[in-house]
Amino acid sequence: MSVATTPSSTTPRRPMKTNLPMFTGPRLWAALFVLLLVAPFIGLYPVFMMKAMCFAIFACAFNLLLGYTGLLSFGHAAFMGAAAYATGWLVRSANWSPELGLVAGMALGAALGLVVGLIAIRRQGIYFAMITLAMAQMVYFVCLQAPFTGGEDGLQGVPRGKLFGLIPLGNDLTMYFVVLAVFAAVFLAIVRIVHSPYGQVLKAIRENEPRAISLGYDVDRYKLLAFVLSTAIAGLAGSLKTLVLGFATLSDVHWSLSGEVVLMTLLGGMGTFAGPVIGAFTIIGLQNFLADRVGSWITVVIGSIFVVCVIAFRKGIVGELLAWQQRRQAR
Amino acid sequence: MDDIFGIPVQALLGQLLLGLVNGSFYAMLSLGLAVIFGLLGIVNFAHGALYMIGAYVAWLSLEKFGLNYWVALGLSPLIVGGLGVLIERTLLRHLYKLDPLYGLLLTFGLALIAEGVFREQFGVSGQQYPVPELLQGATDLGFMVLPNYRAWVVAASLVVCLGTWFLVEKTRLGSTLRAGTENPALVQAFGINVPVMVTLTYAAGAALAALAGVLAAPVIQITPLMGSNLIIVVFAVVVIGGMGSILGSILTGVVLGVIEGLTKVFYPEASNIVVFVIMAIVLMIRPAGLFGKEK
Repeated sequence: MSVATTPSSTTPRRPMKTNLPMFTGPRLWAALFVLLLVAPFIGLYPVFMMKAMCFAIFACAFNLLLGYTGLLSFGHAAFMGAAAYATGWLVRSANWSPELGLVAGMALGAALGLVVGLIAIRRQGIYFAMITLAMAQMVYFVCLQAPFTGGEDGLQGVPRGKLFGLIPLGNDLTMYFVVLAVFAAVFLAIVRIVHSPYGQVLKAIRENEPRAISLGYDVDRYKLLAFVLSTAIAGLAGSLKTLVLGFATLSDVHWSLSGEVVLMTLLGGMGTFAGPVIGAFTIIGLQNFLADRVGSWITVVIGSIFVVCVIAFRKGIVGELLAWQQRRQAR
Repeated sequence: MDDIFGIPVQALLGQLLLGLVNGSFYAMLSLGLAVIFGLLGIVNFAHGALYMIGAYVAWLSLEKFGLNYWVALGLSPLIVGGLGVLIERTLLRHLYKLDPLYGLLLTFGLALIAEGVFREQFGVSGQQYPVPELLQGATDLGFMVLPNYRAWVVAASLVVCLGTWFLVEKTRLGSTLRAGTENPALVQAFGINVPVMVTLTYAAGAALAALAGVLAAPVIQITPLMGSNLIIVVFAVVVIGGMGSILGSILTGVVLGVIEGLTKVFYPEASNIVVFVIMAIVLMIRPAGLFGKEK
């Protein structure tokens, strides 16, 4: 998907580093980070914030694929959900420690991503989206029928345990800072990946795949690695969410969640670092706010945001802010 | 000859027929998807929702207005086709110059809206639609008892599918349509109103989905979710068949329905995923799909 990032004729794209826009780059990130640091002390409900951060991690992982590699995976919930189940089962039934549970969830996300990726990268564009959706539906049915996932009820009552056997995570505030640390680490890792030579090759593939091939890059290998990185992080997000909320259910692997993460990224601004984070907080906040007010109209609201975003708001929140700032500087 | 591999023949043939019925729906839906994708370049995620709306229109016209099945068979595609015109004129029109992925996302949003509205109005529990009187009962063929309605579904959808194939591949209208797929600007230069053709194509695809919905109404539970569950399988069918050929998508749809039905007999646990497994295998061997062309 290239429109949000393709330079249009009116706004020439500049190199990121020369003008350091206010809405991207370290200044915005630092502000967001400080906000997250003090959030539990200024009355924001920690469990909500933790949940939103888990989805922000998920959306960042997704954006690595859509925003920087140009691959639309329509089945990302499978990786998040499978890892959520794995961590839930390992921590609850096999008494693993939380950090091992997280690592295992991430490993499962990566392994599953390798299998799905190997199949899906054989087609491009729209077919890639359909294949990932179908493969994710397969994972959904496996989770529905497998004996250890609790079927329709899901896995309930997953304990948070003690981090490294030392720090009890039962307290929401302690857990909050663990989640924040993981979130910050993932965010910086993605910034690092995108700015690395490897990340530049990914962008080249996004902009012009045939040219990347003719320059001698083994495009499929680059895409596969990006896919696996993304699914591993998505797995981490799912594992973390299980620890935070104490359960993993079928809605974690359902295709509607795959759609939601697309929306988070699109609404926040794909191909920007802060976009998916802002998108995730907006959507999760909206769902929280509307949950007991509108009932099943929530699906209609989400669907309408989708339609509006695609028709009139393709750059997303952060993308529009960036464009606005560029217009201002150009004057 | 009562058993085949330890499975009673009756059960086997019953599932085979059920598979054929499902396969006809796959064929009709993937056909519509292929025609829409060919001309509009849009993968219509809302196709499942249109199928669902088609079934609900049939159910509503019986419940509220007492209109029978045969009326619904004509009415429902008309209404949903009109809805298709509206969608194409107001929304999809803005997307033709963009990456096709945006079309998928927009129609995904539309599917969510439709699903939410119908869930709010009718709840998640399934509605029953009675089999029309004319097609009730079953015919004893000697080796199996054939429920009349199921036979009708298979026959009707095959006729519709082959009719569509004939229309697109063998008539003047169809050749214009195919030319529009190849080069819209040139077709426009020949004095053909391409935008109207595009609108009508989308409407026809929507009507086809609605028709499938009406045909399905008496054999399934009508729920707001019936469309999304089906459309994902149909996507897999489309990937397996490749969107290149109409006969290809019909054949792929029917065969996959039958395979799914047989899986229900021999290994029921895998019946939900067998289509996806086949998709993965086909992609490993022939990435362009069985009837697709390598680009």
